[in-house]
Amino acid sequence: MINNLTIIVNGRNHQVQASPDTPLLYVLRNELGLNGPHYGCGNEQCGACMVLVGANARQSCKLPVSDVGQAEVTTLDGLSENGELHPVQSAFIEEQAAQCGYCTNGMIITTSALLWKTHHPTDEQIRVALDGNLCRCGSHLRILRAVRRAERLMWG
Amino acid sequence: MANQSKSSGIEKNWGRKSQGSVRAEASWGSKPTNSLDDWLAIEENGDVTAFSGKVELGTGTLTALAQIVAEELNLPLTRIHMVMGDTARTPNEGYTAGSMTISMSGSALRQAAAEARRVLLEMASEQLDANIDELNIRDGVISVISDPERKTTFARLMGGKAFNREISEDTPLKRAQEYHIVGKPTPRLDLPDKVAGKPSFIQDIRLTGMLHARLVRPPSVHARLTRIDENSVKDLPGLVKVIRRGNFIGVIAEREEQAILAAEKLTVEWDEKPTLPPMQDLYDHLRTIPTLDQPLRDDGNVDTVLNAAERQIHATYYQPYHAHASIGPSCAVADVQVDQVTIWSSTAGPYPLRGAVAQLLNVPEESIRLIHVEGAGSYGQNGSDDATADAAFLSQTVGKPVRLQWTRAQEFIWEPKAPAMVMEIHAGLDSQGNVVAWDYHAWSPTHVSRPRMAEQLLTAQFLSGQAASPPRFSFGAERNARTNYSFSNQRITIHWLEDSPLRGSSFRSLGGAENTFANESFMDELAAATRVDPLEFRLRYLSEPRLREVLLAAAEKAGWKRRPSPLTKQTGWAQGRGLAFAQYENDQAIVACIAFVEVDVTSGAVRVKRIVVAHDCGLIINPDGVLNQIEGNVIQSLSRALKEEVKFDEYRVTSVDWDSYPILTFSELPEVDIVLINRPEQPALGAGEPTQITTAAAVANAIFDATGARVRQIPFTPERIKTAIGDV
Repeated sequence: MINNLTIIVNGRNHQVQASPDTPLLYVLRNELGLNGPHYGCGNEQCGACMVLVGANARQSCKLPVSDVGQAEVTTLDGLSENGELHPVQSAFIEEQAAQCGYCTNGMIITTSALLWKTHHPTDEQIRVALDGNLCRCGSHLRILRAVRRAERLMWG
Repeated sequence: MANQSKSSGIEKNWGRKSQGSVRAEASWGSKPTNSLDDWLAIEENGDVTAFSGKVELGTGTLTALAQIVAEELNLPLTRIHMVMGDTARTPNEGYTAGSMTISMSGSALRQAAAEARRVLLEMASEQLDANIDELNIRDGVISVISDPERKTTFARLMGGKAFNREISEDTPLKRAQEYHIVGKPTPRLDLPDKVAGKPSFIQDIRLTGMLHARLVRPPSVHARLTRIDENSVKDLPGLVKVIRRGNFIGVIAEREEQAILAAEKLTVEWDEKPTLPPMQDLYDHLRTIPTLDQPLRDDGNVDTVLNAAERQIHATYYQPYHAHASIGPSCAVADVQVDQVTIWSSTAGPYPLRGAVAQLLNVPEESIRLIHVEGAGSYGQNGSDDATADAAFLSQTVGKPVRLQWTRAQEFIWEPKAPAMVMEIHAGLDSQGNVVAWDYHAWSPTHVSRPRMAEQLLTAQFLSGQAASPPRFSFGAERNARTNYSFSNQRITIHWLEDSPLRGSSFRSLGGAENTFANESFMDELAAATRVDPLEFRLRYLSEPRLREVLLAAAEKAGWKRRPSPLTKQTGWAQGRGLAFAQYENDQAIVACIAFVEVDVTSGAVRVKRIVVAHDCGLIINPDGVLNQIEGNVIQSLSRALKEEVKFDEYRVTSVDWDSYPILTFSELPEVDIVLINRPEQPALGAGEPTQITTAAAVANAIFDATGARVRQIPFTPERIKTAIGDV
């Protein structure tokens, strides 16, 4: 059954039509036309579909849209403000921390959530935080460098 | 050409004629063109659009090709616009494969840009009434050096016009010493969009009126459909159509989640038969498959010398099936109308795939426009080609644009795998420990079965219920079967399996990784058997200075101490180091890799702490791009060596998700140190694959150094290492 639902995405209220059990991923991509979160496994194993729900990085591939409620959802598309990239996004460019870029969404979202909560994480904390994000191209070392660069950009 | 030729695969129809495999795979079906307009256009505003038949597979070649064009024309990179892999706009350059994009498309574009530069200078010379050598060309402006106010622009000279000119091979190229764009670290042009969530991938294509599709695939490799109950989904909202033909089943719905639901709910029954060998018997099974044997090389008198040798040593190595395991499962969008077909695909071969899809749809090839759009990294032939054909077929059944997304499990099960292989080597040593005979055998099916005909597509196989004909070509397993070592009596034989339990196709480096795992592990075994330092042992058989330099550069960076392996017995976490060396394809980039590991001698757990790579790929176009490729190859090949193995039972592939096919995670990363050796006067060689091939042997050799235990089967799981330690 398709319902009218209101969700808050990237700072705006959106009226969307979806059945309540539809995973958030498909609502974001197909109803709102967002491209940041990607389908990777549909099973919360890889992190390609990550979004921020409030300040937490969440996989969106199984999360029913009706469970999001009035929490604010932020996607990769919405991290930048007024055309200015979020420091984590800038750091990923400066470190050239990608190859194909398909996992990049989840890497940036996880890093944003981590650095918001833990301004100066240990190497161990960074690796553990990112262990749920898979990368097949092997960009890991650059991603770790990008996290450190983002840390400096955000918190000095 | 004789059998001795490097990297020869077999084409059965031609008997045993050889074919350079890298070039063959990368240029299959390509149609070279010399018309300048096919490669390059000056836009109205003086910007340059360059056309490449290769495609960006996430390795950064778009940026490298743009650099090459920008360099020849002295234009800023921002004014180069790359169009790649579009059958309506770009030349036919076959497949993007074999690390050949820079050497093939790069060379062609460089020559095209040089030709364009010559035309522009000739026109400017006339317009400005000055000799060509009096002109300066920069940022799209051509001016007289002595009087810069006398000037014209690319836009004025050629903006929006056709060159109508052939590219001459004699047109001089810019000299490497004058380069200021090529050879400099250059940020990827595609990255800003990707980090900002702008549409970048095939999954992001959205067309008006586009429907969503999912497939219902058989539960096992050779299952046959016995019953389908369309009533099971008839009440689902948004369902447009259930397509069933042969063993092919697809569902099409208005919304994506509706297609997902319909695929889940559709009741189908299959007749399944056990057609696969038990997994534990895989390697014995491979040795029972009929073969076509190809001697790649037979120098001296191997049998006589081997039999008479002071010592004989032999070993067998095992490579399981590996999945490409793209992070994004394959996706394609097709709009099949009566007289015009448009297909968006993440294929590596837009033109060859177009031919195969035309056969499948029974439409003229020219009526199809196939446009490459990036998918997730593919590293060879993943599911993209098959998904493209699926989407095209589904769109044809409804006459509307259809977006098809494969599921994670479908990608794991149905993508063609990197083939399983067995490698066996015998060597003879004389009383001084010199290698006097070397006899190499590899058992492998073809590594290449990229579709050029409809029947090679899974779609067609499900529709017809017929398996594809046996491959006409066999190649890939010969890659790096030969070493660059100067052994006087050596024989290299590829035993081409005529069948493969699981469908296989290209994976980054083809057989290069497997053969180098065997060759370089065995070199280490010989060095250990003769109590010689592994570096010293290799240097004895390498005379070419360029090869030796790479090996020595890695050793220096790693602080290699010359001593034999293994170390004396250690307890707890035993530490060791291991070395591997190869020249990709025996004449491409040169790689030396040194791994440092720790092994828990009780559990067999291994931690790879550091990997050092020295790399010579001739002229370096984009140093940061090369570093990125090396880091990626090292991590991916380490993942393959330590963790990866496609599992199956007698019916089906059972590696269906990231739990059943785990890959390396952040917590398991080594440090990676890279020495780039730039050779500006040498041709640019590909860097997308060479470092894929040395990691496994370096790690196996380091495990041996630490423990005295030899692992000869990939992946090096704790259980296997523990067993090997127990055997010492």
